[in-house]
Amino acid sequence: MSILAKMKMQPLLSVRDLSKFYGGRIGCADVGFDLYPGEVLGIVGESGSGKSTLLSCLAGHLPPDRGEVIFDTREGPRDTVQMAEAARRRLARTDWAYVHQNPRDGLRMGVSAGGNVGERLMAVGARHYGQIREQAVDWLGRVEIAADRVDDRPSAFSGGMQQRLQIARNLVTGPRLVFMDEPTGGLDVSVQARLLDLLRGLVREMGLSAIIVTHDLAVVRLLADRLMVMKGGYVVEQGLTDQVLDDPQHAYTQLLVSSVLQV
Amino acid sequence: MITISNLSKSFTLHNQGAAVIPVMAGANLSVAPGECLGLVGASGSGKSTLMRMIWGNYLAAAGSIMVGDVDVAKAAPREIIALRRGTLGYVSQFLRVVPRVPTVEVVAEPLLTLGVAADEARARAMALLAQLNIPERLWSLSPTTFSGGEQQRVNIARGFVHPYPALLLDEPTASLDLINREVVLTLIEAAKARGAAIIGIFHDEQARARLCDRLVDVTQFTPGMAQ
Repeated sequence: MSILAKMKMQPLLSVRDLSKFYGGRIGCADVGFDLYPGEVLGIVGESGSGKSTLLSCLAGHLPPDRGEVIFDTREGPRDTVQMAEAARRRLARTDWAYVHQNPRDGLRMGVSAGGNVGERLMAVGARHYGQIREQAVDWLGRVEIAADRVDDRPSAFSGGMQQRLQIARNLVTGPRLVFMDEPTGGLDVSVQARLLDLLRGLVREMGLSAIIVTHDLAVVRLLADRLMVMKGGYVVEQGLTDQVLDDPQHAYTQLLVSSVLQV
Repeated sequence: MITISNLSKSFTLHNQGAAVIPVMAGANLSVAPGECLGLVGASGSGKSTLMRMIWGNYLAAAGSIMVGDVDVAKAAPREIIALRRGTLGYVSQFLRVVPRVPTVEVVAEPLLTLGVAADEARARAMALLAQLNIPERLWSLSPTTFSGGEQQRVNIARGFVHPYPALLLDEPTASLDLINREVVLTLIEAAKARGAAIIGIFHDEQARARLCDRLVDVTQFTPGMAQ
């Protein structure tokens, strides 16, 4: 399919007026955007700006108080907020993936690397052991984990390897939308670069859409097509990533961009 | 191919007393396929600003910027993303890449994004790197460690690996030796010959004379600088 035909498709995710309150405090408020197939959206903001709350609401981990999160399911667009819990869980196993900042939150630490990847396949109905193992080894290779580590537990892996394993576990079922919460946080910079390159390649080859929450402006410049800037629970600015970073319009974005240390 | 009408731009510096700085007003120009337009004017007159507005990383305050049938001044982000994939190429003065990615992949990437098969994309990238005299032993290394002139040639390779119908060139021959300058000028001439509409900034006067069909002095669009 040509890129133009793809662009004319309907949004994969349409978010309208999404709000979440913690008592009288604002988690996130009045958030709205459309995400199209193949697009990567970055969400930046300082700690407490509401970006993680927003991601949790989008991924169905946290019930919003108001608003719609319409996902283009295989049966057509559906509001995942109103969806039955079972249907939402099925989406989380099939069309969605969630990469946690801390790989320990997204992996089963007591199960082998191959088992971590195979488990996702079994959750969507794969039963043939040989095929599951073969696919697991293939995916470990794609995230650059050697085949001779397939039976090792993630606790024996470095932080960067754990993060790559978490990505393999999430992508093996061919999701269409990936939520990532600070995927390169806590990794040293040389490992970050390798992970960024890996993510870019996977997004391109699999036609994935992704929503990436981070506080690292360099990461979004390299990964995200579009950018949302959050402050105090509100989206204060959104647009093309390089436009928001090179010509920020809002006072807070100008402060954020001008605060980055040059290496 | 590129038509700019009544374009204006100002910067508002919120953290410096909300100072509003008008930098462009009433800009008009157009470039046809196969034509090369040179932007001239003193430093600070807005040549790069105009180029960034066409690329879409600077927002226009008013006016229109038609590139093909897309008005960059009003287009949604995803329309600009599509425009940059297939239609509009940009050789900036800076190379921005993921660290540790090999040079050949950096150059092939625009083709991969367009869906060209990996082998063919790589082959075309290598042919262009060879033409630009980047030694083959460097192709598997990241360009972040390269010299200024080498990085610039990698940037040029990225901008010419796909035959974009519209091209923006920001000082493509700066910091190049005579041999490589000649290679780059030949590439630009070939792009013109195949019908690309080109807008360039060239401080190199001989290059400008050889490539540009017309010159536009952006000073006339700069508030407070017009003669």
